[in-house]
Amino acid sequence: METYLGEKQQARQWSPYINNGGSCLAVAGDDFAVIASDTRMSLGYSIKTRYSTKYLKITEKCSIVSSGMQADIFTLHKVLKSRAQIYEQKHGKPMSTDAVAKLVSRLLYYRRFFPYYTFNIVAGVDEDGVGCVFSYDAIGTLERVKYSASGSGSSLIEPVLDNQVALKNRNDIKKEEFKLTKEYAIDLVKDAITSAGERDIYTGDFVEISVIDLNGTHEDKFELRFD
Amino acid sequence: MFRTQYDSDISIYSPEGRLYQIEYAMQAVAQGSTALGLKSKTHAVVVTLMRSSDELSSHQRKIFKVDGHMGIAISGLTADARVLLKFMRNETLHHKFVYGSDLPTGEVVSSLAMKSQRNTQRWGRRPYGVGLLVIGYDGDKTHLYQTSPSGNCFSYYAQAIGSRSQSARTYLEKNFKEFPELGLEELVLHGVKALKESSGKETLTKLNVGIAVVGKEQKFEILKPNKVQSYLDQILQTEGEIEIENENENEKDEEAETLELKLD
Repeated sequence: METYLGEKQQARQWSPYINNGGSCLAVAGDDFAVIASDTRMSLGYSIKTRYSTKYLKITEKCSIVSSGMQADIFTLHKVLKSRAQIYEQKHGKPMSTDAVAKLVSRLLYYRRFFPYYTFNIVAGVDEDGVGCVFSYDAIGTLERVKYSASGSGSSLIEPVLDNQVALKNRNDIKKEEFKLTKEYAIDLVKDAITSAGERDIYTGDFVEISVIDLNGTHEDKFELRFD
Repeated sequence: MFRTQYDSDISIYSPEGRLYQIEYAMQAVAQGSTALGLKSKTHAVVVTLMRSSDELSSHQRKIFKVDGHMGIAISGLTADARVLLKFMRNETLHHKFVYGSDLPTGEVVSSLAMKSQRNTQRWGRRPYGVGLLVIGYDGDKTHLYQTSPSGNCFSYYAQAIGSRSQSARTYLEKNFKEFPELGLEELVLHGVKALKESSGKETLTKLNVGIAVVGKEQKFEILKPNKVQSYLDQILQTEGEIEIENENENEKDEEAETLELKLD
């Protein structure tokens, strides 16, 4: 049937994409990085599973978390894991965090015309031991930042990080006086994602949190609300 | 008796039913320096002697990691080994990507055997001139396989290949019955002792001995030179050869001094 402007109204077309929800975030310090993601996988207003990992440790110094469509997250992580092993076999050493970041960007752009429905964050320590976070869009736009959040809870988490890490809109503390310690960052990440779990229905169940520094990666897990 | 008449091509049998080109390829394996492997119920170990062509060059690596649960030791043409290694790495990685599990050692060795056999029966190809000792841990079991240019592959409790390997093999034959129950340390010590049998005049040092292990709760790992040295020290202590080693070092220092004088 035609509208008053003369265009034909189309029936809703099948989409290959679905959003399984979930939140991810990462914060970088001077010599460490903290990366976390929840594990709830949703479809519409239902929970498909309370534990579906969105986190992948690529090397001892670099990890990735992704939100979006679980099928694409799973496949992207599989491909990334294989590529990391190929690199290590070819070059005799693990990939540097910068190399991983670039590789993720290329893998995503490779699918420019049928993208992975994934919103990724790569975090780790770079070759100098400095903490780094890289954030992406679905087709691989790459930016190195101090912190990032992605997923259904990102709009709840990002402003908190703006205020607590970048000290935006703060009148009570000066930038020169502030030092981002590991303990502060871990607590902040935990609180931020817990808060997201309070208000975002797609965030909850469990959180996988990981602290990366020059000594390696320390992984942990804790519970969120199950409602 | 008929050798020279029937060895000019891989596709020619001798009257005794032998393919000489394949046997010549296996001779290439026998020319490489010793590589040996042995296994217990929980671990599998390879020990190799790494030659260096002269003092200026590095020692030829003979042990390579294929995947987290599998590795190889080679003897023969290193260039051919690289091709087979790439093949094995590809197969194991592909299996991990598609099925999410470790490719069983036996399966990759079978594929390798098929691949090797193809080169003995195709126009314009030659057999791979390298023998591999493949060690792996999967399905709660340790594995040790030998592959050869002929395309044959066998599973072993212990095996040695390369030059002077018979002496190592004799040692292994004497001791293999006690291997299954041994712990990792003792297993490696047996391996190093076996290598010593076939090392001839060459002194074993941390630079020319390669050791790798794999097993239950032990990912395939090539031991660092310092760890290798600790095993060598244990062997040498039991045989009281440390004094002789010191004498050799002194001789080398004197030689270096005389060289310096000549340059002046």
